[in-house]
Amino acid sequence: MLSADRVSFGYADFELQDVSIDIPRGSFTGVLGPNGCGKTTLLKLMSGVLKPRAGDVLLEGEPIGHITRRRLARRIAVVPQETHPAFDYTVMEMVLMGRHPHLGPFALEGPADLAIAREALAATGTAHLADRVYMTLSGGEKQRVIIASALTQSPELLLLDEPTASLDLGYQLEIATLLGNLNRERGVTLVLATHDLNLAASLCSDLVLLREGRILARGRTGDVLTTTMVRRLYGVEADVAFHPGAGHLTVIPVRRAEGGVR
Amino acid sequence: MNAGTTAAQNAAVAAARPARQSIRARLALTVTGFGALLVATCVLAPLVGSTPLSLVRVFDRTVPFADNVDAQIFFIARLPRVFAAALVGATLASAGVVLQALLRNPLATPFTLGVSAGAALGAILAITFGSAVTLGPFSPVPLASFAGALIAVAIVYTLASAPGRALSTSVLLLAGVTLNSFFSALILFVQYMADFTEAYRAVRWLMGDLDIGAFGPIVATLPLAIVSFGMFALLPSSLNLLSVGGDVAATRGVDVLRAQRLAFLSASLATSAAVSLAGPIGFIGIVVPHLVRLLVGVDHRVVLPASALFGASFLVVCDVVARTVMAPLEVPVGIVTALIGGPFFLWLLVRRG
Repeated sequence: MLSADRVSFGYADFELQDVSIDIPRGSFTGVLGPNGCGKTTLLKLMSGVLKPRAGDVLLEGEPIGHITRRRLARRIAVVPQETHPAFDYTVMEMVLMGRHPHLGPFALEGPADLAIAREALAATGTAHLADRVYMTLSGGEKQRVIIASALTQSPELLLLDEPTASLDLGYQLEIATLLGNLNRERGVTLVLATHDLNLAASLCSDLVLLREGRILARGRTGDVLTTTMVRRLYGVEADVAFHPGAGHLTVIPVRRAEGGVR
Repeated sequence: MNAGTTAAQNAAVAAARPARQSIRARLALTVTGFGALLVATCVLAPLVGSTPLSLVRVFDRTVPFADNVDAQIFFIARLPRVFAAALVGATLASAGVVLQALLRNPLATPFTLGVSAGAALGAILAITFGSAVTLGPFSPVPLASFAGALIAVAIVYTLASAPGRALSTSVLLLAGVTLNSFFSALILFVQYMADFTEAYRAVRWLMGDLDIGAFGPIVATLPLAIVSFGMFALLPSSLNLLSVGGDVAATRGVDVLRAQRLAFLSASLATSAAVSLAGPIGFIGIVVPHLVRLLVGVDHRVVLPASALFGASFLVVCDVVARTVMAPLEVPVGIVTALIGGPFFLWLLVRRG
């Protein structure tokens, strides 16, 4: 559905080089890698916020640079790490902004848009927060509201940049459950950049491993998430094993790898 | 004038609270409320002054205009001033709203960018040296002021925009601060070079002065103001998203660069229209949007029209105070707005800190 074709990007002292990936419709792809490996840049390229220096990002074969922001936003939504509005918008106002690409320049949202927003609030368990001021919410509540706002765009594809990075264990689990449901029950295609190997193992059907701006490996989660790959990606010796209770692979870091493969 | 304004104020307050009403209902209520307030202030403000007027006598059709002193004072002496105040208040308040969203900073004002300082420099040059220049029916002052504003905008914009990238807020703010100091130094230099009478006129103009005495200057500024309001009308939903964040705005379907340029240009046009008409009147762009947000919430689709209407009423009332507080002396209205706006700004700073 969305693919990157030999994409390169130079950004001051840092590069993304020759990255090719393919996100099939209905998949849940995790993008893993150490700090500064280019996860955020890759997501920004795939949402069209940044333009590649070489190569193309294609949405069903069409370069996204040729698609207007409005049309693109009807199909692809993004959840950034953190969102800091400059004014005290209410949760409902934040969520309704997701309708922007569906409204004309002078149109105001009507009952149908309101219904979509309410449904997104319900799906993210934030309906009771509708009249609260966004900035007064807790980290987990904020992140769920931003996901609701992205869902209000009615996207086919949702790109998330470390949505659980600043959250405690309880909220992390809530977000994980929500994302799993979105993928399974609503058929939303998801791309998740994360540091959390166990989160990726529990949710993702496919993984892309990025190291120093290049693809180290990509493929099905079960094939890619191995002791060897974790060592090559992070320079860490880890136990990778299927956890029968959790029902997915788990990664337990043991020690720094000798020789520092990084 | 209390009864009329209180009723209008109540209507405005009823529009208050983001509440659960739809955006359409909120917008309709807000525009009606603040619109009624503006009509009330514009009709009642000319009645106040050194010669008290009666509304009945002003509109008494049985007396010919030539013999109706009340009507003459109302329409010729006071109404131009009220309209000028309304126009300046509306443009400065709207420009404040737009710049605050654009810079993602609720403390930004049209003056933060150095646009008003540029406009002021142009006007001061014209006031000091321009008496020899004649441009047909046009006074050189507004034209020079507009030219100064445009130069300031061009400099700030060039400094702040790297090709293909979004405007950097901190660069924009610092460029504005630097330009303000630079233009202020030039203004002081021009005053130093000028003779005493010219320097006095310049100082008086710099205080912010609505005593324009005719409809001509208002009509001359109107095209500029109309163009800027036309551009403002395209902006509100983009401003909502820009104030949440540039990347968020882009991924929600906003053409960020285009929206930023439109916002920057329209705010600059509006500011130079106001400055060329009445001098650099300060603090309207910060006091009015903040009061409006307290009343109607922060959605720019409501805040922008409400600020334009309330900004107009606000400056009309400030000017009534300026005309009456030390009567028969008239205090420049810029001093009144600064005395209200200065403490208000500090209070906002403390509250945010």
